[in-house]
Amino acid sequence: MGKLLDVKDLAISFQTCFGEIEAIRGISFHINKGETVAIVGESGCGKSVMSGSLVQLLQMPPAYYKSGKILFQGEDIVQKSEKEMRDIRGNKISMIFQDPVTSLNPTMKIGKQIIEGIVKHQDLNKDEARKKTIEMLELVSIPQPEKRVVQYPHELSIGMCQRIMIAIAMVSNPELLIADEPTTALDVTVQAQILDIMKGIQNKLGTSIILITHDLGIVADMSDRVIIMYAGKFVEEGNVMEIFNNPMHPYTGKLLGSVPRLNMSRSESLHSIEGSPPDLYKPPAGCPFFDRCDKAMYICEHNMPKRNYHSDTHYSCCWLNCPMAKDTAEGNEI
Amino acid sequence: MSKYIFKRLLLSIITIWAVITITFVLMNTVPGNPFANENRRIPENIYENLIRKYGLDKPKSEQYITYLKNIARFDFGESMRSDAETVNEMINRGFPVSAALGFEALLISLIFGPILGTIAALYQNKTPDYISMIISIIGVSVPGFLMGTFLIQFIATKFDWVPIGGWGEFRHTILPSITLAMMPLAQISRLMRSGMLEILNQDYLKTAGSKGLTKSVIIMKHAVRNAILPIISILGTTISNLLAGSFVVEKIFGIPGIGMFFVNSVFNRDYTLIMGVTVFYAIVLITMMFLVDIAYTLIDPRIRLIKGGH
Amino acid sequence: MGGLAFKQDMFEKVSRKSHKTVEIKRPTIRYWEGVWHRLRQNKLAMTGLIILIIMGIMSIVGTRISGYRYYEQDLTKINQAPNSDYRFGTDELGRDLFSRVWLGTRYSLIIGICAALIDFLIGVLYGGIAGMSSRGVDVAMMRVAEIIYSIPHMLVVILISVVFSTSGTGTSVFILILAMTITGWVPMANLVRGQVLQLKESEYSLAAESLGASKGWILKKHIIPNALGPILINVTITIPKAIFSEATLSFMGLGLQPPSPSLGTLTNDGLAGMAVGRYYQIVIPSIFISLLMFSFNVLGDGLRDALDPKLRR
Repeated sequence: MGKLLDVKDLAISFQTCFGEIEAIRGISFHINKGETVAIVGESGCGKSVMSGSLVQLLQMPPAYYKSGKILFQGEDIVQKSEKEMRDIRGNKISMIFQDPVTSLNPTMKIGKQIIEGIVKHQDLNKDEARKKTIEMLELVSIPQPEKRVVQYPHELSIGMCQRIMIAIAMVSNPELLIADEPTTALDVTVQAQILDIMKGIQNKLGTSIILITHDLGIVADMSDRVIIMYAGKFVEEGNVMEIFNNPMHPYTGKLLGSVPRLNMSRSESLHSIEGSPPDLYKPPAGCPFFDRCDKAMYICEHNMPKRNYHSDTHYSCCWLNCPMAKDTAEGNEI
Repeated sequence: MSKYIFKRLLLSIITIWAVITITFVLMNTVPGNPFANENRRIPENIYENLIRKYGLDKPKSEQYITYLKNIARFDFGESMRSDAETVNEMINRGFPVSAALGFEALLISLIFGPILGTIAALYQNKTPDYISMIISIIGVSVPGFLMGTFLIQFIATKFDWVPIGGWGEFRHTILPSITLAMMPLAQISRLMRSGMLEILNQDYLKTAGSKGLTKSVIIMKHAVRNAILPIISILGTTISNLLAGSFVVEKIFGIPGIGMFFVNSVFNRDYTLIMGVTVFYAIVLITMMFLVDIAYTLIDPRIRLIKGGH
Repeated sequence: MGGLAFKQDMFEKVSRKSHKTVEIKRPTIRYWEGVWHRLRQNKLAMTGLIILIIMGIMSIVGTRISGYRYYEQDLTKINQAPNSDYRFGTDELGRDLFSRVWLGTRYSLIIGICAALIDFLIGVLYGGIAGMSSRGVDVAMMRVAEIIYSIPHMLVVILISVVFSTSGTGTSVFILILAMTITGWVPMANLVRGQVLQLKESEYSLAAESLGASKGWILKKHIIPNALGPILINVTITIPKAIFSEATLSFMGLGLQPPSPSLGTLTNDGLAGMAVGRYYQIVIPSIFISLLMFSFNVLGDGLRDALDPKLRR
């Protein structure tokens, strides 16, 4: 398995009238061919900025690449021109977004919104493009595709709209699909359908998926590896088993503790994480979770912990990993 | 859909009737009658004849019914001041002129308004935005009669090719249509700018970008198309404003359109002509509003659904 | 791990009591304070406001400090260019343009403000009643309003001034205001009704109702304060519309009758002067009309931006 995407020490900032906002502060990860990697974190931790940066879909300015590389099939996305990026977007890397209703043009027919992408990236005539459109709609299990192509987004349900979004993303059989909170706006039953469709397409076409979410439930269901993001940094990464069974970072532990489980006793209450993430306008020098961490130590406030590998695939960034810490990471389990 | 059109049509007809009635009542509240308060005295027998000729001896209710009937046949009666022409003939002569002028002004504002607004939004808070803002501030701040006057003084008298007034060739229409177009142009460009700014932040533009479309395709096909829709919805008002402006513009530039006839008839106290032109204008305007409304309903799929009776 | 010197006490657990997290406390800004604050930052709107204040004051005192009455003719001093005695010059009858222009401004402001106030009163009453009434009454009232509004505004204005000017009295300020407001109140009524309906259904009104608040209380405490913003914007944009109509009408000779000066008639009088190069006779009243229109328009825009910060980017 070769690395499809290899992000190295990526940092992204926003230039605002108040000064620099450091949205992404040096992250590194990779995606292999055909695998699904989930990036989990709460609102405002930089997930969406990161996903946009992978295809240069940020408003630049105010956003800018501060440092780092995004190697996609060995070529650095950061260095690519807008023109080169247009051949990658929608062709090799596609995206789907959180709210399918606002993500579709309300005054354009469904069919036309799909055909746009086909015509852009494939050398097909009108009839072939139309046929391909119907094919795509069938791929995402939309009933009566011939009827749907002449309809407008508001005539479809929200779940249908998200399927259309997937169809739009998949027209050119991309290598990588970035799904930015694809199920957040949907009902639970519809969520399951959408996830099934995504899994089905991945099996069929071998697409790699970056799944950005704050919902740990769908992470367990969908992904091979999980990355936990907090305040513009990755705090822990591992495969699904490692993260769910053996969380090493206190934040991961808290996240898992906030998910309701069926086997919970009635007297047990859900854990919430008190406080709010630090302001990225002047991010703290130390561990960003310091203010909210139960196990915080004096060293945490001003010193950022480095990666500490627990296995080949599992690392976390926490001072508790240090042998000098009395209260070891093993005590984190809930 | 057809139900909606029918309802809208009915409302338009009622409105036209209301205008006719209000005009009739207003013109009949004038003390005395049009021939009585003249400075020079008219011989008794001629006066009687005139009164009979225009049916002014009959009761008001009967006059009203007759007037309604005549208008239903598009007969606006005879001018009280001009023996040569009936009101219908004057309208037939003046309307094509006014319509041509109004259409040209509408075209100018519909072409340049959206362009200015789009450029302003794309270059928000940069020089093009400020230039567009200055143009629209001039458009809303300088009334047509000033604009027209100064265009004549500083352009028409300097360049022979643009005449100071009159009608006949295309060059006659340049200054009056620019004068007439300034205010709607300003309004449209402002509306376009705010619409574009809102749409530029919409998620579906991000989707369009993620498809790999070029910036110009995204802006033309996705942003401009959606930002132009609200402009269609204010077209009725725009046409109404053009009409209001045409009175003074036709007067300044000496254009033989209905506006000039109307203003002259007001000064001559030519009651049948005043009433005829008022009612005719109202019919034209209300018809235009009706058409614009239907067109908008057809163009915007979201509204089509709501009004289609689902 | 870098040049960091580890000591055992660095790995002591932080005691939360001694280590309080920094709380961010912003001062709460009241709604109208925020509006005023945003409006003050809008240079264009503030320019408009300052121009309006100056013009408002001058329209009251300007006629007094000129030293001449607006109708006083001095045939020995006709067509004088602006000088220290006649600050804006004189017209072809030797009348002082300084006092005439300020009086014209006064008429414009009176007509604009009165028309807006009357529109406001009728609109709030009509729209408020329609919005608070049952559905049948509401629909009927709004249909009537719709029909009235479809009548072309300029036609009505001209018709009214014709009717009254033939009756011998001439068109007065009062009649002009009447003509402006006959169809002008409808947008305000629509706006108020819309606001009332929207707010009547809003969650916080429901919340208030469920707590036992009376209709009057909800109207006073919830509906009016929230509808005030859009209403204020509407009033501000009605004023220049009325000023514009009056000036156009007077320019055509259908508005205020001589010797009362209106900015429109002054401009029309200036046409003759312009033809022989006496530009000041037309340029000065023109600048005044344009300044009035400009100021009210930018102030209206500024208010809209200040009241709805979402629209401002």
